[in-house]
Amino acid sequence: MITAERKPLAEIKELIAPYRKILIVGCGSCVAECAAGGEKEVGLLASALRMDARRAGRDLEIKELTLDRQCVYEFIDQLTEFIDQYEAVLSLGCGAGVQAVAEVFPKAIVLPALNTTFVGETKEAGLWIERCRGCGDCKLGFFAAVCPITNCAKGLFNGPCGGSQEGRCEVDPDTPCAWQLIITRLEESGRLDCLEKIYPPADWSRQQGRGPRRIIREDQKL
Amino acid sequence: MRGESRLKKVLQQGSFAVTAECGPPKGAEPEAIRKKGKILKGFVDSVNVTDNQTGVVRLSSLAACMLLLQDGLDPILQMTTRDRNRIALQSDILGASALGIRNILGLSGDHQSFGNQPQAKGVFDIDSMQLIQVVRQMRDAGVILGGEQLTEPPDLFIGAVENPFADPLSYRVLRLEKKVVAGAEFIQTQSIYNLARFREWMGQVVDRGIHERVHILGGITPLKSARMAEYMRDRVAGMDIPDEIITRMKSVPGAKQREHGMAIAVEAMQALKEIKGVYGVHIMAIEWEEAVPQLVEEAGLSPRPDV
Repeated sequence: MITAERKPLAEIKELIAPYRKILIVGCGSCVAECAAGGEKEVGLLASALRMDARRAGRDLEIKELTLDRQCVYEFIDQLTEFIDQYEAVLSLGCGAGVQAVAEVFPKAIVLPALNTTFVGETKEAGLWIERCRGCGDCKLGFFAAVCPITNCAKGLFNGPCGGSQEGRCEVDPDTPCAWQLIITRLEESGRLDCLEKIYPPADWSRQQGRGPRRIIREDQKL
Repeated sequence: MRGESRLKKVLQQGSFAVTAECGPPKGAEPEAIRKKGKILKGFVDSVNVTDNQTGVVRLSSLAACMLLLQDGLDPILQMTTRDRNRIALQSDILGASALGIRNILGLSGDHQSFGNQPQAKGVFDIDSMQLIQVVRQMRDAGVILGGEQLTEPPDLFIGAVENPFADPLSYRVLRLEKKVVAGAEFIQTQSIYNLARFREWMGQVVDRGIHERVHILGGITPLKSARMAEYMRDRVAGMDIPDEIITRMKSVPGAKQREHGMAIAVEAMQALKEIKGVYGVHIMAIEWEEAVPQLVEEAGLSPRPDV
């Protein structure tokens, strides 16, 4: 899932300061799962902004709307009938959602209310952890399903570095050393020989090649 | 005639080598590095120049190496993978060789979050293992990554670091071996205070015959005070300072602690001379280069051999 965190209220207030009629658009997918941009969070943000405007004696008209997916045209189209009635759209989608809405309505002012952070996992209630950097060339098969790009602070393919102590990362003692995890798992499953090989440099062109990456699937085309 | 690596010659003739670390200044003054070089000259075989150590911006390692070379020292260019991608790294490897620098030490580098530019993007395009392999391939096969031929290969003696005190212990020797396979010809270790654990590690190194394929130089950092010892134990990752050392440092008043720190370092250097598979010492007297000549003399490692 793509995770995000809501921006501080002060920053959002500054972003929307010039506008009196705001359409707040949530997304029911990833950012709802991580409690940042779903219907509930749209409601909470709208209340906070209304209350703040009232206290400041300022007019602010807000409409709340949460799409099932803010990154798919069929859902974004639900905004068509409202978009002209509002001065700005405050999106609680991830970065993809914000950009998708802006592309569908190029004249609209679309503002982000979230900071999109990472591709991760819901570890427990209230805890999300990054798991994937989308490198475009998954290497988990070699590393006992622990991604060194994501989990090692230095992204080492032939780790661990000299700062691994008692299974902790030197950069953040709350973080387990990815290489300790890799070695332990490989040892436990009798695959330590996987590490004899010097893992070659990554092909980063698959991650940040030439602008936005594309996936083209002829079999999926209509 | 092209210069040669003094370190390589010392090691090849079987002499016990002495190297020391030298940190460039936080400014553009060449005098600072020259002054340090002057202190070390004649007492060490080669001088490591750190590459923006702990992620703090300093005069570049390559430039500082050149200044030392001009003053007749044999510099070891430390090169981290933290700040440069493979294009810049390979370019600097060629540049170093062209300037007459004959030693290189590849490492991943301290994480940028520890330094004075914590918002910097950590590059880590390749890791230290891959960097060592790249230098070796450039030198021996005359090719860069991707296989393109160089018009002239670099001439560099290749080093790497290893920390015998980091975890997981079971894997540390295997990782050292991997660095040797990658192309490392000499290894400088993390500072040694826990001689027992270092001996255990060296035992595994010798058992696997790795000492016959690489020259290991044991790391030495003289302690300035009991406070420094405690700070390093508690705050520097991968540093193993046993209680016994701390107690010894604390057993004398502050003013006397430096002497004690020096004595502990000399003892460790003497012990290292006797450990099978250890080919030298690497002294990292942090911002205390003045200590190096005394350490070398007291450890019976002066004068340095002719090569």
